[in-house]
Amino acid sequence: MDAILLQLNNISVVYSDVIQVLKGVSLAVEKNHIVSLLGSNGAGKTTTLKAVSGLLKPENGRVTDGTILYRDSEIQNRAPETITRHGIIQVLEGRQPFKYLTIEENLRVGTATRWGKPYREDLEKVYHYFPALEKRRRGLAGYCSGGELQMLVMGRALMAHPELLLLDEPSLGLAPLVVLEIFRIIRRINEEEGTTIILVEQNARMALQIAHYGYVMENGKIVMEGTADSLRENPDIREFYLGMSAAGAAKSYTDVKSYRRRKRWL
Amino acid sequence: MRKIHLQPCGNFRERYDQELTVFSTDFGRLWAGIGLLILFTLIPLLTSPYMMYIFNMIGIAAIAAIGLNILIGFTGQISLGHGAFFGVGAYAGAIFATVLHLPMFLSVPAAGLVTAGVGMIFGIPSGRLKGLYLTIATLAGQFIIEYLLIHWETLTQGTMGITLPPVRLMGLPVTGDTGFFYIIFIALSGAVWIAINLMRTRCGRAFIAIRDNDRAAEGMGIPIFPYKLLSFGISSFYAGFAGALWAFYMGSITAEPFNLGLSIEYIAMVIIGGMGSISGSIFGAVFITLLNESLRFMTEMLMNTGMVTQSGLNVAPLREFVFGLAIVLFILLEPRGLAEVWRITRSSFRLWPFSY
Amino acid sequence: MDFFLQLLVGGLSVGFLYGLSAMGFVMIFKSSSILNFAHGELLAIGAYFFLALATWAKLPIPFAFLLALGGCFVLGLLVERIFLRPLIGEPLIFVIMLTVGLAAMFKGLILLIWGGNLYTYPEFLPKILEIRWGLIRIPPVYGAALIIGALFLLLFGLFFKFSSQGIYMRSVADNQRAALSLGVNVKRVFALSWAIAALVAGMSGIVLGIINGVNVHNLSAIGLKVFPVVILGGLDSIGGAIIGGIIIGLLETFTGGYISPSLRDVVPYIVLVLILLIKPYGLFGLKEIERV
Repeated sequence: MDAILLQLNNISVVYSDVIQVLKGVSLAVEKNHIVSLLGSNGAGKTTTLKAVSGLLKPENGRVTDGTILYRDSEIQNRAPETITRHGIIQVLEGRQPFKYLTIEENLRVGTATRWGKPYREDLEKVYHYFPALEKRRRGLAGYCSGGELQMLVMGRALMAHPELLLLDEPSLGLAPLVVLEIFRIIRRINEEEGTTIILVEQNARMALQIAHYGYVMENGKIVMEGTADSLRENPDIREFYLGMSAAGAAKSYTDVKSYRRRKRWL
Repeated sequence: MRKIHLQPCGNFRERYDQELTVFSTDFGRLWAGIGLLILFTLIPLLTSPYMMYIFNMIGIAAIAAIGLNILIGFTGQISLGHGAFFGVGAYAGAIFATVLHLPMFLSVPAAGLVTAGVGMIFGIPSGRLKGLYLTIATLAGQFIIEYLLIHWETLTQGTMGITLPPVRLMGLPVTGDTGFFYIIFIALSGAVWIAINLMRTRCGRAFIAIRDNDRAAEGMGIPIFPYKLLSFGISSFYAGFAGALWAFYMGSITAEPFNLGLSIEYIAMVIIGGMGSISGSIFGAVFITLLNESLRFMTEMLMNTGMVTQSGLNVAPLREFVFGLAIVLFILLEPRGLAEVWRITRSSFRLWPFSY
Repeated sequence: MDFFLQLLVGGLSVGFLYGLSAMGFVMIFKSSSILNFAHGELLAIGAYFFLALATWAKLPIPFAFLLALGGCFVLGLLVERIFLRPLIGEPLIFVIMLTVGLAAMFKGLILLIWGGNLYTYPEFLPKILEIRWGLIRIPPVYGAALIIGALFLLLFGLFFKFSSQGIYMRSVADNQRAALSLGVNVKRVFALSWAIAALVAGMSGIVLGIINGVNVHNLSAIGLKVFPVVILGGLDSIGGAIIGGIIIGLLETFTGGYISPSLRDVVPYIVLVLILLIKPYGLFGLKEIERV
């Protein structure tokens, strides 16, 4: 077994001192693995990522309980500037480029954690992963297509030499072929760079194909975990997340038994 | 007999109109009545003419500050031209009284209406502009009006200023500070009453919706531009009304006092008193007027004792410095102003000794 | 014709100075969308620093100049740290009102220390910079202003376009959350933008002081004139600020020369209202790239 890189021990997150979003989430991420975090909207996946990367702070959120261990040191409630310097970079949901900067300038912002070090080689590396970006390196990011933007924000994160990359819904609103491309690249980054990745996804089928391990979240709790293979085979997961009933036929909403089983999760 | 409303120990309101009541308890109503009674009977009897003068300045400032609060605190449009609008009102009142020979009780509201018109002209940019750009537009309004007041000599007599005739109300001459005290404070009571009730109407709710999120307000079917204009109009009406009262009270006016500094003074009143609170505007007016007077008093005293002989000119900078400091401190420490301080004090008294 | 040329040259040079003063203002707006009403006071503080160092402490001029700029830089850092950082996340109106309060505070403070008199710097510019051309005579200070201004413009242009810190600053202006997620130190960026803005403001204040003498009322009035300038140029364009400044400068001198001297000071504001009605985002302002 590899060493554990990141460990969340029973953390709770509260926004504005009243809204509790995470209620005791524990998970462990092994080095060089891709771990995917599944669950419906509002389950707390994004909040989990933000708790790790420190981005809760500007949104008035706080880890009130539990610990987040990264390489055996506690990082909960640290400022994002400090956490990013430890090599944890989050790629935000919904692709947030710097619209008035060119592609290359966008990528250079990724070097903020190691300001002053040379970055030429990293640019070459990013262009190697995402050849589409090199063609438009002088163009404004505001005018790029959705697929290019997703590549841009991932490339920008790679510039920071992340050890742990937090990807929030990279497939959001992209065409199936582009999604395929993006996931292939995520896999390659993991294999070639040895980057550990936590992947939050709605597209459970895709996510489980490239992930080593998976967690399922509901209502601010982890309700199920397992290796990607075992999750893929799990009848409940197949039904609720992959949209196949046990018999392989289309699922019926009137199925009372299914409702009961679903209830058990919540 | 009607049931007496006392302060409940929790929130037991069941209908929206209960939320909208002005006085939630009968004691509140009683205290307001007693307060007004003391204001109009005891204070004129007991205070010196100098104190009466201060009261009157507070009353006039409070009317104008309520107007500005309707614009800034309730509609969310920052205006840096309120001092100039105050000046427009003063000049309009003076011109009505000297050229058209209107009596005071006509020329003051008429001046308010004229100022409302002027204010709406400078509110027109608010149809296309938001936030920062609008603030700059009102700043431009301040300078343009200031220029007109000085240089439109056929109307305003330029730097000469205008001297107003002595005030007669219903055949009787109004003399001295006490006479004006009644006029000003009756006007202030009316202004407060109108402002509080305005905020309970459809129109007031539209203002607040625009302040909180104008896009969403538009989506809810509120026509933004007419309401913004209306808010500018109402706010300028208050300023003009107060300005005209001031002109009559002072007896003669020049364009000098209506500068950017006055606008900032009003903004300071709104911020220090508390944005979006009618009582806050009155607190702000009291605070700023007393600050002004006490600073003057202090420097006079220092000069008399001979500590600073040559610093007669230094009153203004000290005042400016303290103003700025007060604004900065309030924004940093209590952004909701004196109204919030008052609320906290009151509720801690009410809950004593079991306040947490 | 000579009168026209005289006005033209005068307007160009005054306008260039306006543009220079507006640069610092635009910088603050670009990085943190704050309208700085205390800009005129920052100009004045720079001018008075230089005055104190050059005439009272009698330091050599270049040294005094650099030291005054350094003082402004530190002042910018302090202002950001003490007054503006606690307000991060508060509604914009509070921030704007805070700068209004700061303006009153600084102005009062300067008046308390130096009073409202007009001071002049000692004569120190070399006569070589003076340009004579027929009847037109451009005093050396305009030449110096042109050189210094162009130098600063070039430096900041390069800084924002190519240096990493400049790119980080632009990224924060663009999308603060994304910048934060990549580890950009947003607080440092804010502090730096105030410091640089104060430095530029101080520099323009010194130049203005050399030309008109140092007086806090005049300088803070110029601080307010920055508004028409930046509205004309677009609030977020540094090049636009220079062009806007020149247009306003020309407008002022020509109205003063041909129509009426008293109209001179209002004309910028009348133009401002017209521009806001016709082209609300200025001549060179960025069009919002809106994608849904």
